[in-house]
Amino acid sequence: MPGPFALFKWEAVLRDWQVFAEGFGMTILVAILALALALVLGILFGMMGTAHSKPLRLLNRIYVEFIQNTPLVIQIFFLYNGLPYAGIMMPVFWVGMLGIGVYHGAYVAEVVRAGILSIPKGQFEAAYAQGFSYWPAMRFVILPQAKRLAYPPLTNLAVNLIKNTSVMAMVAGGDLMYHADSWASSNLYYGPAYIITGLLYLALCFPLATYAKYLERRLEVSS
Amino acid sequence: MSALFQPSVLGFLGQGLLTTIYIAAASIILSLVFGTIFGILRFKGRFYGNLAAIYIEAVRNTPLLLFILAFRFMTPLPPLQAGIAAMSVFTTAVIAEIVRGGLKSIPNGQWEAAAAQGFSAFQILRYIVLPQALHNVLPPLMSQCTSLIKDTSFVWAVGIEDLTGKGMIIMGRYGTTEQVFTLFAMIAAVYFIINYTLSCCARRLHAQMSNN
Repeated sequence: MPGPFALFKWEAVLRDWQVFAEGFGMTILVAILALALALVLGILFGMMGTAHSKPLRLLNRIYVEFIQNTPLVIQIFFLYNGLPYAGIMMPVFWVGMLGIGVYHGAYVAEVVRAGILSIPKGQFEAAYAQGFSYWPAMRFVILPQAKRLAYPPLTNLAVNLIKNTSVMAMVAGGDLMYHADSWASSNLYYGPAYIITGLLYLALCFPLATYAKYLERRLEVSS
Repeated sequence: MSALFQPSVLGFLGQGLLTTIYIAAASIILSLVFGTIFGILRFKGRFYGNLAAIYIEAVRNTPLLLFILAFRFMTPLPPLQAGIAAMSVFTTAVIAEIVRGGLKSIPNGQWEAAAAQGFSAFQILRYIVLPQALHNVLPPLMSQCTSLIKDTSFVWAVGIEDLTGKGMIIMGRYGTTEQVFTLFAMIAAVYFIINYTLSCCARRLHAQMSNN
């Protein structure tokens, strides 16, 4: 009986490298697009969370609390299995991108909100005194300063986002995890398939996580 | 609509909820124990510290689903236990980093003062440093609990019938638009109530601690 990591199983992985490469490409593409969506949503809702108007702040709370306190899997299943009942059919690529983007957008919103709140009120007042209105003050005075504080947690969020793209495997999303799983369950060569998959995720996430640590340390030193 | 609210359906979902809670509770306990050990090792140890660091970094940079699949298909464990093992291996690494952060936040003077009183290294850790460190990191530990409860829904990928799984099975039987949306709302609401309560507690604790 050959072991779970027998040599011929590794050869099979190498022979079918395109399967893994295709999934890897899909994972990267979804991760980049979802990250862009998460940043846009997060900055928008994060600013709402610091707004004067109560309805805007309420909207921020609803979005953040609802998304952060329900599982990503349920949200993805809702987009994939639920929405078609309302006549909205999306290709699985869109399901992944939207679901993962909206989910992490809530986390980005909290980071952005905390970043803006960390800027002393005087900065806003000084900007107003210089004739800035709300948006330009935000754009040129507050956000650039908030950015510094927000970068390390945002980088960690990007790592989580990449890992969470694997949720697409649960709706046959064609990402790395899906391809690895379906390849492995077709020939039962689980060992090498999972090791290679793990290494590929590691190759994406580890540099980012290390960079996040470096940013954190730099922030500690400067403050 | 009313078909969804019969005792049999609700009971079926309730079983799923119990599975979810069982997996979450078992994984939390296991990961707290092992996470503390690995956190201390990485904080203090040389050789074992490096081993712990490799484990922590490798696990933190790979998806949970990979561990769930690997434990299900590559170990002889029964499905539920495989799910708990995978969740624990994954969460242990996260908790180890939180614990290490807590240990780092304790000033060196605490170690020195305790050593001057004749405490051994183990005693210092056990009676002086660890209690303070764990107290300091209670809020992030609690928000990790929230993450873990949400992440238990990944075990449905290997057919473990947790709340998510039971919900999806029921969805196969009740197929009108209204029923499907009600079902999603019900499942989401259950997760929401559990997690929102937890994250409110974490936030209150955090506010209390930063006031002191």
